[in-house]
Amino acid sequence: MKVAIVGAGPAGIAAADVLTGHGIAVSVIDEGRVAGGQIYRRARAGLKLDVDALLGAEAANYRSFHATFDRLRDRIDYRPETLVWGLEEKRAHTIHAGVADTVSFELLILATGATDRVLPIPGWTLPGVFTLGGAQVLLKEHGCLVGRRVAFCGSSPLLYLAAKQYRAMGAEIVAVLDTTPFAAKIGAAPDLLAAPQTFVRGLGYISELRRAGVSIHHGVTLVAFEGASGVEGIRFREPGGGERAIACDAVAYGFGLKAETQLADLAGIEFRYDATFRQWLPHADSEGRCASGVYVAGDGATIGGARAAALTGTLAACAVLDDAGIPISGVARSAMRRELARLRRFQRGLAHAFAWPADVIHNLDDRTMVCRCEGVTAGDLRTSISADFGPGEVNRLKAITRCGMGRCQGRFCGLAAAELTAHQLNAPLEAVGRLRGQAPVKPIPLAISLAGNAAAAARDETSAPA
Amino acid sequence: MTGRLVRAVAPDTPEVRILIDGDEVTAYAGESVLVAVLAARNALRRHEFSDEMRAGFCLMGACQDCWVWLADQSRVRACTTMVVDGMDILTGPPQGFPT
Repeated sequence: MKVAIVGAGPAGIAAADVLTGHGIAVSVIDEGRVAGGQIYRRARAGLKLDVDALLGAEAANYRSFHATFDRLRDRIDYRPETLVWGLEEKRAHTIHAGVADTVSFELLILATGATDRVLPIPGWTLPGVFTLGGAQVLLKEHGCLVGRRVAFCGSSPLLYLAAKQYRAMGAEIVAVLDTTPFAAKIGAAPDLLAAPQTFVRGLGYISELRRAGVSIHHGVTLVAFEGASGVEGIRFREPGGGERAIACDAVAYGFGLKAETQLADLAGIEFRYDATFRQWLPHADSEGRCASGVYVAGDGATIGGARAAALTGTLAACAVLDDAGIPISGVARSAMRRELARLRRFQRGLAHAFAWPADVIHNLDDRTMVCRCEGVTAGDLRTSISADFGPGEVNRLKAITRCGMGRCQGRFCGLAAAELTAHQLNAPLEAVGRLRGQAPVKPIPLAISLAGNAAAAARDETSAPA
Repeated sequence: MTGRLVRAVAPDTPEVRILIDGDEVTAYAGESVLVAVLAARNALRRHEFSDEMRAGFCLMGACQDCWVWLADQSRVRACTTMVVDGMDILTGPPQGFPT
């Protein structure tokens, strides 16, 4: 039996570890240069990054993850810097270093992770506005800060963690602007206490920032990122209604996570709308089992964070073994399921404590660019939606306006386009559908495809009977 | 010109020389093209469908807003491509490229 795993973050590597331990041949296909995904992104070669100073309590998990990967690396078919751009029956189409290839498998585990969930506001495309997760990745991999005077904006527990990390590495933290009121965090406390240690740690980050004199605002409305050739400041409204402006030279911006689900789509998995996260997610059973030989794990399946990702990776690998009739040893599955249930409850709490402010999209100024790839504005979308026989579904909206048709394939505008459509039609969000994934799931140069075809043709020729 | 990004950890890998729109800039082996350019410049590229300059966004290979041109008319995604000594990077399309 041969299993292909796409993604080498906590979910992918946990799955590879279990399968390798049971004698299964595993290919791990990773877009990164070395395993880690985003959460455990490893410092670049030669960079003297003080991991303990940067990661604090998370440093032990980081080290343990990389120790596991280093132990596995020679025992698996590890393919770094390799993009899976398409899937067909039992075959993944890949590109590595400009060369196209295919990886065959009998069973597939998708552990594709997540990106930041963002929403458009005026100025969000200015140089210097980066995603919150991206700001952390830049620091972990390159020891670089996104700017000198950095504001952390949006709504996410990571706002506080990232601000703390940036402060430790020498950045001036101009402000943390959290769009969810503090009362919502109190209200979510019962669910957040399902993971008491993480909850207390998060509160600790907030009080540490406060003690350091960092200005923290809860319940704000972000009005605009402003600047000429790059971001120079932020305008926001306080909960009482007063508008304020602060100066900064960089913004780390995010509202929780958005699952990377394009490959799940190509694999033919059924999607279901998840009201907690307001996004469509691949449908799987509690062990990550989807239709016919495909399994999902980690944040690409359900947003849950690094620990939940590792647990679901392990459980998905066990599901693979179960389905193949291979006895499982050395995995405490029932304890893992209990821990996962607690983390799911915690995650529901986070979704309320750090809410997605859909009303910001509903009230977006017509001139604001929603699709940053194709330059499609909120006004363009509204005009199209309100036309006679206008689109009531996001894929039709995409076909008409090009919103979501650009290089990112709607990763960063898709949710906003759906919210805008639903609001204008006075329909529930799930009624306007979701942008379908298309191959190639990320841009591939035409020259690469041709080179791959030429290589495959040459291979076919040499293997043809004389 | 002051760069946008700050190297908070002193780079101690070998220096590499790159060109950004013809100007020589020092970067360090192991850095991404995005880090090398944005440590020296305000932005990476001009957006195709507006006058906006862009400096990347997601920093993890998903948003595709950091693709830059090389002088040989190839393009690279700046956040996931390692800088190479002598790399000739352009913030707009090469001369003569049909736009």
